[in-house]
Amino acid sequence: MMPFNNGMILSVLADYTDFTEVRWPKVWEATQETIYMTAFSVSAVFILGILIGLLLFESRGKESLWARGSYKVVSFFVNVFRSIPFLILIVLLIPFTKAILDSMTGPTAGLPALILSAAPFYGRLVETGLREIDKGVIEAAEAMGASKWEMIWKVYIPESLPSIVSGITVTAISLVGYTAMAGVIGAGGLGNLAYLEGFQRNQATVTLVATVVILLIVFAIQFVGDIVVNKIDKR
Amino acid sequence: MITLKDVSKEFTGKNKAVKAVDAVNLTIQSGEIFGIVGYSGAGKSTLVRMLNGLEKPTSGTVTLNDKIISTMSGQALRKERRAIGMIFQHFNLLWSRTVLENICFPLEIAKVEKTERIKRAKELIELVGLQGREDAYPAQLSGGQKQRVGIARALANEPQVLLCDEATSALDPQTTDDVLDLLVSINKKMNLTIVMITHEMHVVRKICHRMAVMDGGKVVEEGEVLSLFKHPAHPTTKRFIRQDSDPDSEDTDEVLRELLKTYPEGKLIRLLFHGGSAQAPVISHVSRSFNVDVNIIQGSMQSTQETPIGTLTIQLLGEEAAVEEAIKEFRVYRVEVEVLNDALQ
Repeated sequence: MMPFNNGMILSVLADYTDFTEVRWPKVWEATQETIYMTAFSVSAVFILGILIGLLLFESRGKESLWARGSYKVVSFFVNVFRSIPFLILIVLLIPFTKAILDSMTGPTAGLPALILSAAPFYGRLVETGLREIDKGVIEAAEAMGASKWEMIWKVYIPESLPSIVSGITVTAISLVGYTAMAGVIGAGGLGNLAYLEGFQRNQATVTLVATVVILLIVFAIQFVGDIVVNKIDKR
Repeated sequence: MITLKDVSKEFTGKNKAVKAVDAVNLTIQSGEIFGIVGYSGAGKSTLVRMLNGLEKPTSGTVTLNDKIISTMSGQALRKERRAIGMIFQHFNLLWSRTVLENICFPLEIAKVEKTERIKRAKELIELVGLQGREDAYPAQLSGGQKQRVGIARALANEPQVLLCDEATSALDPQTTDDVLDLLVSINKKMNLTIVMITHEMHVVRKICHRMAVMDGGKVVEEGEVLSLFKHPAHPTTKRFIRQDSDPDSEDTDEVLRELLKTYPEGKLIRLLFHGGSAQAPVISHVSRSFNVDVNIIQGSMQSTQETPIGTLTIQLLGEEAAVEEAIKEFRVYRVEVEVLNDALQ
């Protein structure tokens, strides 16, 4: 094994700090694409996940045939899509994406796979949050004559809101990671930048810059999520 | 008026069916405070939940003011529930809402307009004595305050009936008394029918007019609180009353057995005073008139809605005839006498 010497360390450092390689307009464009993919998929996952969570929560442990059937079906799809590795899912969905978007590259093309992989995961998180609601509170609302709709809007969602928000924070962070993976196979964004310019052209500084930007996005999401949870949690 | 006719509730478990409530017949009059006591598992929680349709009876009918609750469902049942308030052992407030918003909750369900909701909620906050805490969240309140919010919330839609499910069991004795006082004043002010289920006999004794005792899903005894205290018939009733008047009844029994060994000829008796007899100097009168010695072992005094009642466990020592006469004399003074010698041996 070669001993470390100052020359080696300096040359590695030089690889990572050659900022002439970095084309800043490209970085900015990639950042926007990543933010677009993340924001759009998080919004869709938020809505779909809450619906899935409510459906799972409402149909779980019920006696009626309809409830048992829908629990089994939803639960099956959730487990399947949660288990498919993201990289495989995105490749698997190429024909589907082509059919609905008429394109298989660019940030929008990454969205179907991002949403389909994250919504079931988030749906499970929402279901767990809903199951943590005090059963007594649900009983009290029922005793007051609340309808199903009122239960959902006035009890289920407000009483599990901290879990719903912290769940979407976690999901959003993993979605940022998924956008990078989607980028590698052509969806654009910082992952695409790191792969095309950083890896294929052997420009380590570009990869480093992409990494730092992704970290900043993740920290920002975590920061906002924590603030919101702290603000709404009155327990 | 609430009527339960042959009401049974069976739960089908994994292996066998459990009869939680077994052929219960009860009538609860409008405006009365009715207590249902029983140990845990006696079926009282299930019973009270059938009064507002949270549980459906397997057989029998539950009627509230000529409306058959037990067959209602959906919209009709939800509407009917607004006329039945309920409070709980663990308060069951929404943590995400302030005191004011919690009280507004049932009003929102009843589609009361916003300004009217807030006006009504503020009146209720005053009624339960929580002025100044409108904007506090449940997490910032003490147990007693939380139950006050629970009561205000239950009263928001001006119900005819208030169901109390172990409403004071999670509170300390002082707070329990405050909450009970509040319930009595609401009962008088609004002529509200209150149904309380509890395992604490003193709660029933303090505020209820009539009571029922449940054991194994059945109502084993029912009647005016005072008359059940005077003449309990069922062993479960006797046990409840004994535990209330003498919380250390095991220790007392130990002492009584010792005394019985030392003085086998003495008569151990338990006296129950109520009304006028509680205030007359009966003991010293009897002791002097019949020349018997009185050894006082245990005593206590309790209040009921009607009149205070006192129990006293004593030993009478003296000539056998004189002791018999003394016992008769107690009865003349309307003191209930129970001779314990046989029961202890």
